[in-house]
Amino acid sequence: MSFELNGKTYETDEEGYLINLSEWNEDVAKYLAAEEKVDLSDNHWEVINFLREYYNDYQIAPAVRVLTKAIGKKLGPEKGSSKYLYELFPYGPAKQACKIAGLPKPTGCI
Amino acid sequence: MTETTGGVELDEEMSGVIKKFMFVNRKAPYGTIYALEGLEVVLISAAFDQDVSLVFLDDGIYQLVKGQHTKAIDVKNFSPTYRALEGYDIEKLYVEKESLEARNLTVDNLIVPVEVLTSAEMAALMTEQDVVISF
Repeated sequence: MSFELNGKTYETDEEGYLINLSEWNEDVAKYLAAEEKVDLSDNHWEVINFLREYYNDYQIAPAVRVLTKAIGKKLGPEKGSSKYLYELFPYGPAKQACKIAGLPKPTGCI
Repeated sequence: MTETTGGVELDEEMSGVIKKFMFVNRKAPYGTIYALEGLEVVLISAAFDQDVSLVFLDDGIYQLVKGQHTKAIDVKNFSPTYRALEGYDIEKLYVEKESLEARNLTVDNLIVPVEVLTSAEMAALMTEQDVVISF
């Protein structure tokens, strides 16, 4: 699968995850978010940027439980809850947020 | 073998039994898929709240060596992922003393903190496990 944006073709897997992580940019994020019907706010970007940093550090997309804990540590306890993250990304913070952040599907995402 | 709970206190809210799982890594990180697949299984196992420990011996030690550069063989360097294990509450990492020494390595060469055990201590730890899975 693939999509076109600003004259460039982006390859995705069958679930819509970007194949080449280095192709990601903010416009790609906005496109993928629109596909997921997510309206990106500053709070969404905070999580997306966090995920990209996490991936850069550890080379994996975190499982939801791990993401929740790490977000709480970094951005404050009120944001480190699955309720908060599911409000931002209704189809699952790891699955949906990772896709928009240009990361692969999380390992151990059950 | 010890009792099924392995002396681990069960959370009253959780009715599941906690078993002692040991994952044994014995192969070099690249060239075969074993190391990467093993790591993925470990990450998935974390979701089940079991008592997980990881062992590195023989060439499996090389999985943890600092400064891996994989560009020339065109595969992903997944060694930073071992540093994520702590966030998954997987904190029992053991390496075999004899395997380290045979390769002229020390714990300072490794990317994560580990406990060094002799072959005999490792064997004793293995007999305590409910499940041992080797990669």
